[in-house]
Formats: sequence, C-alpha cells, structure tokens
Amino acid sequence: MKAYGTVFKYGDNVDTDVIIPARYLNSSDPAELATHCMEDIDKEFVNQVKKGDIIVAEKNFGCGSSREHAPIAIKAAGVSCVIAETFARIFYRNAINIGLPIIECPEASKGIEAGDEVEVDFDSGMIYNRTKGTEFKGQAFPEFMQKIIKAEGLINYINNQ
Amino acid sequence: MKAMTMTQKILAAHAGLPYVEAGQLIEADLDLVLGNDITSPVAIHEMDKMAKQDVFDKDKIALVMDHFIPNKDIKSAEHCKCVREFACSHDITNYFDVGEMGIEHALLPEKGLTVAGDVIIGADSHTCTYGALGAFSTGVGSTDMAAGMATGKAWFKVPSAIRFNLVGKPKKWVSGKDVILHIIGMIGVDGALYRSMEFTGEGVQNLTMDDRFTIANMAIEAGGKNGIFPVDDLAVAYMKEHSKRPFTVYEADPDAAYDEEYTIDLGALEPTIAFPHLPENTKTISEITEDIKVDQAVIGSCTNGRIDDLRCAAEILKGRRVKKGVRCIVIPATQKIYLQAMEEGLLKTFIEAGAVVSTPTCGPCLGGYMGILAAGERCISTTNRNFVGRMGHVDSEVYLASPAVAAASAVTGKISAPSELGL
Repeated sequence: MKAYGTVFKYGDNVDTDVIIPARYLNSSDPAELATHCMEDIDKEFVNQVKKGDIIVAEKNFGCGSSREHAPIAIKAAGVSCVIAETFARIFYRNAINIGLPIIECPEASKGIEAGDEVEVDFDSGMIYNRTKGTEFKGQAFPEFMQKIIKAEGLINYINNQ
Repeated sequence: MKAMTMTQKILAAHAGLPYVEAGQLIEADLDLVLGNDITSPVAIHEMDKMAKQDVFDKDKIALVMDHFIPNKDIKSAEHCKCVREFACSHDITNYFDVGEMGIEHALLPEKGLTVAGDVIIGADSHTCTYGALGAFSTGVGSTDMAAGMATGKAWFKVPSAIRFNLVGKPKKWVSGKDVILHIIGMIGVDGALYRSMEFTGEGVQNLTMDDRFTIANMAIEAGGKNGIFPVDDLAVAYMKEHSKRPFTVYEADPDAAYDEEYTIDLGALEPTIAFPHLPENTKTISEITEDIKVDQAVIGSCTNGRIDDLRCAAEILKGRRVKKGVRCIVIPATQKIYLQAMEEGLLKTFIEAGAVVSTPTCGPCLGGYMGILAAGERCISTTNRNFVGRMGHVDSEVYLASPAVAAASAVTGKISAPSELGL
C-alpha cells in the first residue's frame, strides 16, 4: 500500500477543535464534515486539497477532544496519510480504527515542507520526499495494529475474527 | 514478580495476566463503556456494520445526552433521537436524557457507576476523570466505543507512568484546578503523552474528592492516557455513599518504575490561569501585571461544575454584583448538584449577583451553544480547553481558571484573584 501526494504542513499541537470545530459536530456525515476540515487553522485547505494529498505536522497532532469526526473529516477530504513527529493518543487510536494511515517520524516532519511531493510506502514505513530527493524511515506499526489497518479498520478486523 | 504501577496492576487484572509491563499490547475486559450525544451516533453507525449486533452487557453501557442537550438545533435533535432509539431497542440501563442527565463525568461517579479498580473507556476525552476514584479510565473514539459495546473488551498499550508526589496543603482559594494547571504548565500539553499520571503523597489527603475529579479530568490536557489517585478513606466514603458496586483497591508497588517523578508543594501554589491558546500557557495570578478585561465568565463543565465549585463561586459572589457588561454563566453539572445548590441558596446568590444559571450542559465549553463568543471577545472559564475557536469565533479568547478566579473576575470585569475583593 502506497500514498503519493502534495504536502500540507502544520506545526505543533494541531488540536481536534481546529481540525473539525465543534460547531459542525451536529453532523456525523463524513462528506459534510470534510467541507469544514482544518477550517480554523487553514481556511484554504478544503479549496486546495486533492485526493491523495498528505498532511505533515510536528508534535502532538490531534490533541484535545476524542471526536472521531477529526480523522473522519481528514480521510473524507481525500487525505491519504498524516505524518507527524508525534500524535495525541486518542487521535492515534481513532485514525487506526477508521483506517486512516498515520506515521510517526520526527525526521520526516523536519525534512518536509508545504508543497513538497511525498510518497509513503506503508509496508516498509519508508517516506520519500520526491521534491527534495530525501528519504526517511517512519516508525513501523506493531503487528496487531497492522492487522487492523490491513482490514481497513477495527470493525472489519473484529468481523473477520 | 516484577513491580507494577497502580495503572499496570488494574490493567493486568483485567487482562487476566499476573504481570504486564510498559509497551505491552493487551486486551482488557471493560467494566463500563460510555458515550455522549456527539460520539454515540458515530459508534451506533459503526455497530450497524458489525456481524454481532448485540451489546455485551446492557448494564455496563452508559449513554449520556449532555453536549448539545436540550437539543440546540434540528441536527442535534436527530443525533439524540438516534441514541434514544438505540438505548430503547437494546434496553440500556444507564441511558440519561433530559431530566436525568448531567455532564457525564460528574454524573457517572454520582450515580455510582464508576468505582476503584474498574477499567472504563468512554468516547469522550475527559473520561480520565474517574481516576480520582482509583479506576483506570481513558478516552477513546467512537469506533472503540462500538467495539467495546459489542465485545466488552478493548485493546491497550500498557502505559509507563509519571509520578506526582503531592505534599502540603493548598491555601484558601487554591483548588484542584490550580494544581492541574500548574502541572500542565510545568510538563506541557504533551508532557504525559501515552503515559499514566499517578498522583500520590501525603498532600492527597488535603484535596477534596471534587478537587481530585478536577485534577484527573485534565490529565488529557497534558496528553496523559489516564490520571489516577490512591484510594484513601475519603475515596472509600465517596464510593460507599454513591455506589452499591463492589470495588477493588490497587496500590502501586513501592519499587514500581516511573519515567519521571515530580514533587509538588500544594501550599506553594497560587491561583493559576492558562492563557490562549493552550492549557500549558500558564501564569500565576501574581505574574499577571496588566489588566485583562473579560466579556464573559463561565463557571461549570465536567472540570468544575461540582458542588464544591459552586460553593466557592457563591462565596465570592455573595452580596456582590457581576460587573456591568460581563455575562456570567453558571452551569451546575448534574440535576443533583443543581438541586443541592438550590437548597443551599447558592442559586439565589448567583441570580442576585446578576449571573444566569443553566440546566446541565457541556454547551459553552466546546463552543456548542449557551455562551458562544464573538470575534475579539474574551472569556474567563473554569472549563478545560482554550484552543483557537474553542468557545466560538476563531478570533475569540478563552482563559482557563478555577471557580474562585472566574467568580472574582466576573465581579471586577478583569482577570482577578478573590484577594482583589478583599477576600
């Protein structure tokens, strides 16, 4: 499984309130949530994002609320992968559980800029910055989580058991 | 046998293992699975996709309608209707709707549904609150909630821990909120990422149960997986008063390993305020040199809507007036607290001071309703997050503080300690 896309870059502590503000949580429709994704941190995101694009951020991405609407909105907006130095733990669980690929990689977070073209190989955990010609090794998931990701989420994984 | 932290012992017991260590992936049995009106509809939708449609135990699921309740708009009403129908069709024992509901993390301990030794997951990040009673409780998302409702189990990575050794006794007007804001200011919003925050030491006895709920509640604001307190006589008395459920007391081994240890002298703490836009941006009241005018004061939430909080705010507002131009919104966290506040005359004090008193709701804390801020407005709030746009417009500001500071600030119209009122 691979991802290839243009990077949207953010800093530390991108919280779930800016990923999907609570004023839109009266909906749980992924397509509707996607139209407000990142609205309070980057108004242009929804106008610019294309299917397959990649979000790269620094420390503690997805901190705050447990709202699964946050990774749902990101996935429904077309984002293929989120790379960060670290993720907040509930966001990390939620992303795996809904089948949104995420990778922790401090070096990639530092070595990738907005607008770079990036390719991610989820099987090897390798991240290639095609714009700059650099590469990084992301942290591999434990086998248990790989099974959930391969099943495209926790519910399918449980159904398959 | 190797040593374990308090959290590790609870997880080991629920995974059927004699010993667990940090980093180990386990599957644990759940004593309670919680959801609210925002997260449960997503979980119910996920459950619809499952091969197994039944819930694992209708008595071990709590569905609390509290965020946008009473329904703030048609879409919220649809969400609540979805949960109501699910609760009815699955005969969920602990379904709390208007008239019975309260803010979930104040309500569940009060109803006796959370006790020491439990493993609890909730599709709400502040589920970590029940650590005050010596339970392992942590926030998850809706899919984990769905899996938990169906199977009664959840997977966890066993956390390592940070120990906070509390000593001394807080001064007047210093409460649990100041303790946790001080800690978050010290270690940062990711200072406890993926880890347990274990609060110990002789200073614990000088914290009320409501103080402990507030401290455990905000463990998530330091990135913590859970916050947990030892089970002392006060915690036992609380559980005996509120619950019929048996509880199990776990203690950390004396030689348990901790990633970091901090000693905090509660007697040295001052009223502490978190500035926009992160809970780690803290200053003590004496470090604030300029006047910071406020447009609104919110006293409530899962963090600070309990009876101690209301008593503290009322003590300050008694015989005083909310400054003209400031909106002061008081939200008792549950019906029981509301009634108690009424019987103690606290509500009269609030209303005579010019505050409004609302039915229990999470409303303003997350910018849902009941106190949304306009561009450029500023709120002093006893809630738990001050992120960009958290309480309304993206250009509004939230300052987090204790009920004492919020009440005093409502009177002066600027961020103030009760001492500014001669208290």
